[in-house]
Amino acid sequence: MPNKFPLWKNITILLVITFGFVFASPNLYPPDPAIQLSGQSGAMQIDAAVLDKVEESLDEAGIAYFAGETDGEALLIRLQDIKLQLRAKEVIQAAMGGDYIVALNLAPTTPDWLRDLGGMPMKLGLDLSGGVHFLLEVDLASALATRLESDLEDVKTALREERIRYRSFELSNNQIVGQFRDTEEVARAKALIRANLRDLQPQSQTGQNPLTLVLKLSDIASREIEDNAIKQNLTSLRNRVNELGVSEPMVSRQGKNRIVVELPGVQDTAEAKRIIGKTANLEFRLEASGRVGEMFDFRDPKGQGPNARLESKTVITGENVTDARASFDENGRPQVNITLDAKGGWQMGYATRDNIGRRLGVLFIEFKTKLEKSIDENGELVLTPVPFVEESIISLATVQAQLGKQFRITGLEQRESSELSLLLRAGALAAPMYIVEERTIGPSLGADNIALGVKSVAVGLALVLLFMLVVYRGFGVFANIALAMNLVLLVAFMSLLGATLTLPGIAGIVLTVGMAVDANVLIFSRIREELAAGASIQGSISAGYDRAFVSILDANITTLIVALILFLIGSGPVQGFAVTLSIGILTSMFTSIVMTRGLVNLVVGGRNIKTLWI
Amino acid sequence: MTNLKIYNFMGLRKIAAICSAVLLIASVASLSTKGLVLGLDFSGGTQIEVGYEQPADVTAIREQLEAAGFEGPVVIQYGSETDVLIRLQGKPEQGLSEKVYAVLEGGSEAVELRRVDFVGPQIGEELREDGGLGMLTALAVVMLYVAIRFQLKFSIGAVLALAHDVIITLGFFSITALEFDLTVLAAILAVVGYSLNDTIVVSDRIRENFRKIRKATPVEVINESLSQTLWRTINTSVTTMLVLLALFFIGGELIHNFAVALMVGVGIGTYSSIYVAATVMLALKVDREDLLEPVEGELVDDLP
Repeated sequence: MPNKFPLWKNITILLVITFGFVFASPNLYPPDPAIQLSGQSGAMQIDAAVLDKVEESLDEAGIAYFAGETDGEALLIRLQDIKLQLRAKEVIQAAMGGDYIVALNLAPTTPDWLRDLGGMPMKLGLDLSGGVHFLLEVDLASALATRLESDLEDVKTALREERIRYRSFELSNNQIVGQFRDTEEVARAKALIRANLRDLQPQSQTGQNPLTLVLKLSDIASREIEDNAIKQNLTSLRNRVNELGVSEPMVSRQGKNRIVVELPGVQDTAEAKRIIGKTANLEFRLEASGRVGEMFDFRDPKGQGPNARLESKTVITGENVTDARASFDENGRPQVNITLDAKGGWQMGYATRDNIGRRLGVLFIEFKTKLEKSIDENGELVLTPVPFVEESIISLATVQAQLGKQFRITGLEQRESSELSLLLRAGALAAPMYIVEERTIGPSLGADNIALGVKSVAVGLALVLLFMLVVYRGFGVFANIALAMNLVLLVAFMSLLGATLTLPGIAGIVLTVGMAVDANVLIFSRIREELAAGASIQGSISAGYDRAFVSILDANITTLIVALILFLIGSGPVQGFAVTLSIGILTSMFTSIVMTRGLVNLVVGGRNIKTLWI
Repeated sequence: MTNLKIYNFMGLRKIAAICSAVLLIASVASLSTKGLVLGLDFSGGTQIEVGYEQPADVTAIREQLEAAGFEGPVVIQYGSETDVLIRLQGKPEQGLSEKVYAVLEGGSEAVELRRVDFVGPQIGEELREDGGLGMLTALAVVMLYVAIRFQLKFSIGAVLALAHDVIITLGFFSITALEFDLTVLAAILAVVGYSLNDTIVVSDRIRENFRKIRKATPVEVINESLSQTLWRTINTSVTTMLVLLALFFIGGELIHNFAVALMVGVGIGTYSSIYVAATVMLALKVDREDLLEPVEGELVDDLP
């Protein structure tokens, strides 16, 4: 029969529609503002007793909440008013103390049966939820340089042990360059390095002085060092972010040497920046005796004078610290209790054993960027960011006894002790990092953006629906049902794929609404043409759909190619645009071709109709 | 095809070519002399958006910032009377935004921090390169696809039409000195998609008619094809323009230039799909022969 779909096609369409409604529906349940509470360490029990205490503190402060829930490791308490969320966090933090991490959260209110099916609301991008986005660049060259320095020492030691004599060994231009007295020693040194120091590759160039040995880091070794540096920085950043108490933070690598940090819903951005942006390391060094060593200023000169001289040799670095906590000593003065790993403990013990009574300094090393002005060849002022290192002593305390795995630093102010413990605990960075991009969106702007976006979609949709109705009358109704269904399917797929909705993404949805009807316009124009050419009604419908199909396919594939390129070159919000555009193209192909055909077949297919209301 | 009115589009192709040439020359001239006003995404720098409860006094804010030692801050109203965008010259250093906010907080009016953007100079440069590269890749891939799916002459026509649209839209941004940021770049790529969509629909019909109508000159075939697709071209442009108007008036300040770029692009794209692609094809002496050989076996699928 002409223009009748077989049963299975109709059923498929119904299934797709059901799928669309089910998976789009979680977006109808707005999440509750909530507070999440967890322990500083995984071993802490967050049980009913803790919950009682939290609820009590909220009752006292007069903040309304729904019942809290706990799974033993974390506790979630839903609030009734989002405006009181920040206040509730402060109240709870004050009541529970520093051993707990209190975070702002948004608790989903999706019904259980939907969640069991995997239904989730769309994720909101930072421009809609508010929050902070950082792009950090890891200085890999500096990680390589550090490694080369230690390799240089290893080379010298190895050569001495094998009694291979050399004139000098030094670093130059990312290479280790050694000078020898005779070629036989060079050959022996080469063989030794090839056998024992696999990281280094002896270079041989024509015209090179035969008494010179040039060593370079092998490609594999450099890649490994770079990868490890990024990995360690990622871990440190994750720890720091956790300290901030943000729910669902995102820390991930981007490209070769960059790290993206996204903290949705963060309201106190200055605090976030202070902790994330603090690209610092710590070194423990003994105070130098006499005129050797290096001179450093104190970070807070009020305490112990303007500066002090420390040895060049580092006892341990922040990397060896496994735990650090701020507390108070017997006299109520702030202190930091530090725990080291086995290697650090051993090194600390070894270094302090013979040095009781001397002073041990903690050197705080910060990596910052400043701008240097210069004039380029066009006579224009250019500003180039120049990374620089700022080193200062944060504590210089007398070693009272041989130190081991656990010791404490006293003589700090309370603010300093809490910051020092946080920095120590969060771990050191393997290589310095610089903020190369920062975007902060205030929560009110995010909410405004959502409101504007929803309104534009609604108005755009209404205009298109009206236009289609006026121009294509009866068939306009079919196209409009398909268009509305297209939006539902688009939202369903985005929710299911966990795609992030951004403001340009909403613009993409609006654009999809405008462009999705194109397929129907094509088909309906074709049907009109066929009718004008004198074809039968059923024949015109069939021919209209068939002939328009190739055009639609070609046009959509090329648009899809462009969207893909947009996704590859874009970042963040622009990728959101590309994603909605691509999904919109795919869903609109289904709704505007298959679904409208189903509707048309259902209403006019196989019937003896005199005129077509198109 | 009896009662369809055939418009003599190609009769006007010389005038259209002159129009296009004038627009292209003006665009290229403006782009090469004035260039584009690059947004923060591409130029790098710091900008801060703040909201006041009362309508904001831009001059007072500027003086307040200058008094606090910031060199030449640009302070403009953004979207509404109460919102202000502050852009700082040079100095993309860390912690600058907090300092600015602290100064404003110290003023007499209550102020709320709405947005901070800091883009380092190297990021801006990379985005510029990636954007240009993306645009060229898009054109190349599209050209290849059309060449395979249709024929080389169609492909050249389509790509020239796209380049035409992109250059004129860029030229519009250069001449009007509207800010060119990442969303505008996205819009221009969307224009590429849209204009291509249009061009392909038209080319598809031209191909079909070349095969179907035996006794007609290429000009007649193209005129007939353009006339047949005219209503579709107009209707689709109208629906797209309707949603863009919604975005333009309601979408908010961040989306404003995005909507402008698309409106200009869709307008130019509609024109170019009628005139540029077809004119190029005629200039390349497209005719029946071009479409017959590869078609017979492979492309039976587009016949009912």
